[in-house]
Amino acid sequence: MEKANESHAQPATRDYLKVGVTLFILTLIEVAVIYVQALRPVLAPVLVLLSAWKFLLVASVFMHLKFDSRVYTGFFAFGVILAILITLAVTAIIL
Amino acid sequence: MSHASVPMAGAGHAEGHAHHHPTSLGIPNQKLATWLFIASESMFFAALITTYMVFRYRSVVGPHPDEVVNIPLTTVSTFILLMSSLTMALGVSAAHRGETRAVGKFLALTILGGLGFLVIQFYEWWHLAHDFGLTWHTNIFGSVFYILTGFHKAHVIFGMLWLSVIAISSFRGTLRKEHAVNVDVAGLYWHFVDIVWIVIFTLVFLLTEAGV
Repeated sequence: MEKANESHAQPATRDYLKVGVTLFILTLIEVAVIYVQALRPVLAPVLVLLSAWKFLLVASVFMHLKFDSRVYTGFFAFGVILAILITLAVTAIIL
Repeated sequence: MSHASVPMAGAGHAEGHAHHHPTSLGIPNQKLATWLFIASESMFFAALITTYMVFRYRSVVGPHPDEVVNIPLTTVSTFILLMSSLTMALGVSAAHRGETRAVGKFLALTILGGLGFLVIQFYEWWHLAHDFGLTWHTNIFGSVFYILTGFHKAHVIFGMLWLSVIAISSFRGTLRKEHAVNVDVAGLYWHFVDIVWIVIFTLVFLLTEAGV
């Protein structure tokens, strides 16, 4: 079997700090947009997009998916895709 | 704590690879198992979040979600949990550099962040029960809300206990660079708890406040 060796690349401290600041700002934006009347019609997708952005930042940098073996990404993606399918299936059945 | 009780292997680093058993995928078993666990936990929380989203407005009696959400308080607790993820990442980075004393300091900050998050969250629970009369058997919203946030809190508490064991090992000087994979997998778990909260914060709190 071909080995999926782990990458030795690691983010620098400043990369983690950048992500931390970005998460802070994105959370501020999330809270701010719910009080903007003009955004009401598109609020749900905007909030989901901002949340997905934060999710991806944590997963890719803090959890090292961007730098580690793709095997980990595969397992996580499999779980998340199944999780989304569970959500869609239950919602479709009950609503 | 003895060194043997906190075995660590330096995943992602050449030095660490010399200390863990070779695997067919070329990656440490601990990390692979942790990612499998996280994948299964994703489905677990998806079921809880979906149940909340489906049943939140089906209560016959109040209080209802839009009457009780506290965005300022929850936002503060969200900031604290996000910053605890940052200190966790810095702790993992320090472990890979072999700065084992720094690991303990960063993990202590992470645990403090988790504690701050829990204090605010438990205060919110008390506020909901005391001021709104919302308990987990008041109505179906109360049931799904407390079950979802309760399971998340339980995960935070477990994470704090896990990190405490490693932090104590660091402060006692029994943590070694070549064993860094244990800090790594504890970090993965903590970041996952953070990711789940990112989703809960948006779906349970922000969308409710926005009337969606």
